Amino acid sequence: MSQKLTDSSKTSSLSSELLVKIHDLMVKSRVLEERLIKIYKTGEAYFWIGAPGEEAFGVALGLLANKGQGVEYDYFHLHYRGTPTLVAMGLTMEDSIRLIMNKETDPCTGGRNFSNHYCFPEWNVVPVTSPIEVQYTVAIGTALAQKNNPKLGITVVTGGDAGSAEGDFASSLIWASRPGNELPMLLTVQNNRVGISTAYEDQHGEEYIADRGKAFRMKTMVINGLDPVESYLKLKEAYEYVRIERKPLLLEARVSRLYGHSSASGANFEDSFSDPLQTFEKTLMKHSILSEAEIKNIYKKYEDESWEAVEKVRSEKPPRAETVWDHTYAQGENADWRKF
Amino acid sequence: MANMAQSIRMALHYGETHLGVKEIFGQDVGPPMGGVFTATQGLKTAWNTPLDERGIVGAAIGLGLTGTRCVAEIQFCDYIFNTIDLLKLAGNTSWSCSGLYHLPIVLMTPVGAGIRGSIYHSHSFDALASRLPGWKVVMPSTPLETYGMLLSAIEDPNPVLFLVPKALMRIKGEELIPGEPGTEKELKAMIDAPLGDRSQWTPKWPALKDVRVPIGQAKVLQEGTDLTVVSYGRSVRMCLSEAQKLEDAGEMSAEVIDLRSIYPYDWQTVKASIEKTRKVLFVNEDTEVTNFGEHLAYRATRELFYELEAPPQVLAGLNVPGIGLHNDLEEVSVPHGPQIRAEMFQLNQLRA
Repeated sequence: MSQKLTDSSKTSSLSSELLVKIHDLMVKSRVLEERLIKIYKTGEAYFWIGAPGEEAFGVALGLLANKGQGVEYDYFHLHYRGTPTLVAMGLTMEDSIRLIMNKETDPCTGGRNFSNHYCFPEWNVVPVTSPIEVQYTVAIGTALAQKNNPKLGITVVTGGDAGSAEGDFASSLIWASRPGNELPMLLTVQNNRVGISTAYEDQHGEEYIADRGKAFRMKTMVINGLDPVESYLKLKEAYEYVRIERKPLLLEARVSRLYGHSSASGANFEDSFSDPLQTFEKTLMKHSILSEAEIKNIYKKYEDESWEAVEKVRSEKPPRAETVWDHTYAQGENADWRKF
Repeated sequence: MANMAQSIRMALHYGETHLGVKEIFGQDVGPPMGGVFTATQGLKTAWNTPLDERGIVGAAIGLGLTGTRCVAEIQFCDYIFNTIDLLKLAGNTSWSCSGLYHLPIVLMTPVGAGIRGSIYHSHSFDALASRLPGWKVVMPSTPLETYGMLLSAIEDPNPVLFLVPKALMRIKGEELIPGEPGTEKELKAMIDAPLGDRSQWTPKWPALKDVRVPIGQAKVLQEGTDLTVVSYGRSVRMCLSEAQKLEDAGEMSAEVIDLRSIYPYDWQTVKASIEKTRKVLFVNEDTEVTNFGEHLAYRATRELFYELEAPPQVLAGLNVPGIGLHNDLEEVSVPHGPQIRAEMFQLNQLRA
């Protein structure tokens, strides 16, 4: 295929093969998230939280990763909207469904945590936690381990606009930018301009969260996280800067939150937000990169895959109550005080 | 004989030269100061962080996720309280991901009263620390045990909270750390940084040896038959002193146990002692309401009820918001010798 789609600046372009791949992953992520919501709504899960509306940014973040295990590869400190990134890195629908359905086979938590609380050591994806800020301080540590490593692994940490009000966000800016001790950190804020139900304007005085990085002489970017082309190109630039310069970069991506904060707010589609997938598909069809029929087939492929995954996972066993003490300590060490 | 600060320093040196410690950090931990108690002077991997406790704990967790052994310090435990959710995170990391990650990290912090530290340099943290599942929590009481316990903490694959009784930092030990020179003067000349300009100074480390105090094992400091006293940290030295005086005076024979590990704790040693003496007193400095000693007393009551001759007792700090600066206020707020002795007398007189 020779067709190319240029970004708004007209300075770079992505091949149609890459555009189709990005779209495919965005659809997979969206269909998966909508399947997770259905699982919740049919009473087969206690809770859903996820990332519909962040696919353009999230898929690019995952596609550009130097994926592997250990300090020579990129570390990922994601918050609970990481499905698109992990789908791009290779997450299977089955594993995401095992997580939300609290199965013994859940490879991330063993049935102990919410949906989107992923953990994949083989890709340096450290455990996602529910507090909205702690990943920013923990990320300091992996970046410290990478700072003096001759390989070019970096630390990626993501969060939301509301979470940037927490002190840990400020901590990460301070620690990442100390002169002579700069850390190879790509700090991102996915700004959907709302924290649960509180509007951005009720939480922030700054126009751009990314501007906070400027006080620390940090390179910053504000990007349209609804545009997969811009997201890919800007994230590529950001990754390369951090990887080569070994310095931090703060990137703010404007994104949508299409199904509310979580199932706690109903997990219903909110049409007040822009849908990056619909917009992208219109562009792809306009440039004859994909036809409407081809797009429908992609959705059907992933709808079928998600349903098959549900059918399979549904029959898998739940965690056993007697395993509750397991992994409190490493190496199987007993943690039950009654047995000391 | 080394004091506790010197023993920490030597253990950390042994850790960075033999046990793979790559990063030792905290506020004022690196040069020129080497820690407000001098416990990190001269260490090659020690460095200063921003004055940011959350950053310190977060960095330790992140390093642990990479498998990098590190020892972080919170300068006083009075300033650890704003890291509670990060401490919870460190404790639940392995559990919440079903063992996919472990955190081989040590977090040191000085605790307790005894240096006239007023409201924000006198807190205890052991009761709260015991409510952080996933952590191991220890508190040594002598320089040699500090050395051995810190080596064990460094090599432990789990997060270890190393509580240091700050009032004992300058107390010399009665036993040499293997490899330590024979005199205090020699040791000081080798590893204490000089006053003034230290930019050209490097320590001359003694040829230290590997000594371990296993985490989770208590130590019977004095055997006895009339009652059992269980304590740790600064208080255990007071308990031992009082027990020795009472023994010498022929008043009673008290068994004194240094718990050393607050969690996991050595119940079998405590239990065996109570089964022998049938009376037990738990002593520590933390505030008395929901005190860790209360948990031990509960367990003693529950498991040994029909063997007890008296209700288990807890002597702890008053449940006041802080330790007042004036000597009279500090003395009344945390257990001291006369109070411990009085409790022992009272308990010894009780009969079921």
